[in-house]
Amino acid sequence: MTVNVADKDKMVVVEGSYAVAHAAKVCRPNVISAYPITPQTHIVEDLSQFIADGEIPNCEYINVESEFSAISALVGSSAVGARSYSATTSQGLLLMHEVLFNASGMRLPIIMTVANRAVGAPINIWNDHQDSISQRDTGWLQLHAEDPQESADMLPQIFKVAEDKDVLLPGMACMDGFILSHVYEPVVLLEQDLTDEFLPAYDPEYVLDPANPMSFGAFAAPDTYEEFRFMQEKAMQAALPKIEAAAKEFGEIYGRFHGGLIDEYLTDDAEVIVMSMGSILGTVKDVVDEYRARGEKIGVLKVRSFRPFPKEQIRKAIKDAAAVVVLDKNISIGLNEGALFTETKSCMYNSRCDIPIIGYTIGHGGRDVPRESVAKIIEEAKKVASSGITVESQFLDVKEELL
Amino acid sequence: MSKPAPKTYLAPGHRGCAGCCDALAAKFMLMGTGPNTIVVNPTGCLEVMTTPFPESAWKVPWIHSLFENGGAVASGVEAALKALGRKEGIKVIGVGGDGSTMDIGIRSLSGAFERGHDITYVCVDNEAYMNTGIQRSSGTPFDASTTTSPPGKISFGNPRPKKNMPAIMVAHGSPYVATTSIGYPRDMIKKVKKATEIEGPAYIHAHAPCPTGWGFDGSKTIEMAKLAVETCLWPMYEMENGELTQVKKVKNPKPVEEYLRAQKRFKHLFTMDGGDEEIKKIQATADWNIEFYGLQ
Repeated sequence: MTVNVADKDKMVVVEGSYAVAHAAKVCRPNVISAYPITPQTHIVEDLSQFIADGEIPNCEYINVESEFSAISALVGSSAVGARSYSATTSQGLLLMHEVLFNASGMRLPIIMTVANRAVGAPINIWNDHQDSISQRDTGWLQLHAEDPQESADMLPQIFKVAEDKDVLLPGMACMDGFILSHVYEPVVLLEQDLTDEFLPAYDPEYVLDPANPMSFGAFAAPDTYEEFRFMQEKAMQAALPKIEAAAKEFGEIYGRFHGGLIDEYLTDDAEVIVMSMGSILGTVKDVVDEYRARGEKIGVLKVRSFRPFPKEQIRKAIKDAAAVVVLDKNISIGLNEGALFTETKSCMYNSRCDIPIIGYTIGHGGRDVPRESVAKIIEEAKKVASSGITVESQFLDVKEELL
Repeated sequence: MSKPAPKTYLAPGHRGCAGCCDALAAKFMLMGTGPNTIVVNPTGCLEVMTTPFPESAWKVPWIHSLFENGGAVASGVEAALKALGRKEGIKVIGVGGDGSTMDIGIRSLSGAFERGHDITYVCVDNEAYMNTGIQRSSGTPFDASTTTSPPGKISFGNPRPKKNMPAIMVAHGSPYVATTSIGYPRDMIKKVKKATEIEGPAYIHAHAPCPTGWGFDGSKTIEMAKLAVETCLWPMYEMENGELTQVKKVKNPKPVEEYLRAQKRFKHLFTMDGGDEEIKKIQATADWNIEFYGLQ
């Protein structure tokens, strides 16, 4: 992350959820829908206090009766032309699944914060990425933040990309549940004036308005349906440079840069590159710093945008490494791989570069991933660099005594 | 000479069956609302037949999202209009079938009514899932044959009475709940108009005979709707703030047999052993309606 030195004076110690709720507030949402679910709840609680104190003008806050209705209400509000926001996680996000496709198909730029959490059974409230990764194909932008500051800074960026007329897709700003949502650390709360400068008011071309009646969500037969899907894909591709541009412009205005589609840390000369998404990157960078101090060329590739998937950027970032290891806080059961691993392999397959890539599925249900485990992973990747792959993808730390 | 009918905002040329109840219901509904209306329409025949992309029969803004979220989408539309300062004079109206209203969409509708959004919701009740091919819903009446409640050696068809959806909506504290029928267009138009003029969540339950699903000729839709009212199987009333304030009187109720005999879905009651006893049970429902709602 590029930090603005002047930020130090502006920093306050708040909970990650508060930083995000505050960021949502300064984005001037018109409709917020809210339903409680741990560990997302503090975000909508903080927003409800802003509403109670009259701090969000021209905004309606709806306490819905389920996550299904949380996102459905925003389908209605976004179609009217309201900037629409909600936050959820885990079971709530899964309950929204059907509506997620719908919001994207109707090209409604709704934004949600997802405080990533494991999914049941067994029920578990702690962090992994199974919830949002399971929404991969719903047609939502999906960005992952590394720390509370980025979780907050991501909101105006993703609103800007989602509402772009070449994109018009909904978006998830993902932050690790508890690890980022409940941690107290110094952040800069987003300034209203800078946000107004960065994020213009939402001014959609197509809205529900009796003065100009339009039909939303029509029935499409085989002769027209495919083109809707094609246009969604085209919009996703259009979002790739817009995500980069929004991150860059954000950096110019606010003085902070967390990466665009990806962010590279010491990758230029790296022999081994560790790839991942979210808060684990902080631990990985600490461990990599130790390796670097010993003169070992290890680098880190942060993937910020999971959808759209930045194939070109990833290819370019890892092509000269001797081995790559991908850490996923999710698993496709039956494939024994995490999604970032699978997709990274996939995007390298038809390139001319044939570097070995291995994967670890880690941190399921909030299982701690200590520095020693990261070091173990890097050691394995070093072996792969010298003598090839023995195990392509594996769990990190299964307790044999519990099986 | 009677007054000319109000203008409607559903274009002809939609894909409904001959005698389609949904088309009549939507037409009357829009006669009641006028043009300053945003329609939220959960999945069903009405949505499918009116919006084969790129065509649309709707001359007012219209949104279809999913089967089970009409109440929530309408909530969001209303909230957005308020937030953007555009609510004044605009009516938000949900319209869905018995499946999307009484079964799969009841959670979402319950939430919308409990929260008190300024919306009107019209249930067009044709008493089964017609869009998927006539399957039983909680709106299907006792002993009706559907493709998932067929009569057989040990069954007379649907084993349960209709869910009393209007009572559920009254229980939400709705300021205005009314039943109506597409057989009585002026009644329906008047009630829809009244519902949209009342602040808060209002509910209209419109009985709507489906020629295809019930098994009668498409020219008889209105006749069938009237028979349901004339036999007292479909009471028409208004409830304002929980109180029964108006009832359509039926001076000389016809026997239910007249209504049942006209529809294929009840044909088995006239051919199966024990059918007479079943018809008596249905007559008892009509008698209960007469007593409970004071229809005479």
